[in-house]
Amino acid sequence: MPYNPALVAPMREEMTRMGIQELTTAAAVDAALGDQRGTMLVFVNSVCGCAAGNARPALRLALEHGVKPQQLATVFAGQDLEATARARQFFSDYQPSSPSMALLRDGEVVHFVHRHQIEGRSPQSIAADLTAAFDRHFGAAV
Amino acid sequence: MSHVFHPGHHALHGITVVLETHGAETFLGRFDSEDEGGVHLLDVGVHEQGGGVSKEEYIRRSAKFGIRVDRKHLVVPKDAVAQIMPLGELGG
Repeated sequence: MPYNPALVAPMREEMTRMGIQELTTAAAVDAALGDQRGTMLVFVNSVCGCAAGNARPALRLALEHGVKPQQLATVFAGQDLEATARARQFFSDYQPSSPSMALLRDGEVVHFVHRHQIEGRSPQSIAADLTAAFDRHFGAAV
Repeated sequence: MSHVFHPGHHALHGITVVLETHGAETFLGRFDSEDEGGVHLLDVGVHEQGGGVSKEEYIRRSAKFGIRVDRKHLVVPKDAVAQIMPLGELGG
């Protein structure tokens, strides 16, 4: 059951303040991810403070890096159920977890960050892994 | 600013762990709590020794592709627990 929208509003705003496009419907997901070209990061947001509380600031830090995805989108697991389920169909080789992050190039997942790779780590440490993945997979595109 | 929702819980609360038992089963799942009944895991993948895939390969694949959930909630009796390690510390 979704949390009270007022409770999760700050978590949504933390993403949109970074300029990340929030996808709240399956149609919005299809528009953003269907026939996707270039480089993209999709952040599966979560209310869980254990992991998402560090993943959001980690992403903010990583986006300060010189190499980064051309497109940024987010869905909110446990909140926007339809949109999250649809987004996960685009990275169906990976089991669902939240928070998590998928890096895509031309519609193909090139890197996936699972919840277990976020838990218990500092934003700086998570961001370091993310920027390394940006360099590895997106370096030539920027 | 980040938002923490789980104050006052077990140190492993919310962490995805590998729970090895003294028997043939290994469980991967999110540590929830521990009480008299044992260790409570959520969204649990189950590996049984002697199946097609070795325990090591099962853990490696789960670390890379995520955990396929076999059980939503599982309680492992304390005396069955041999070791609990965060999955993220095992090369995930």
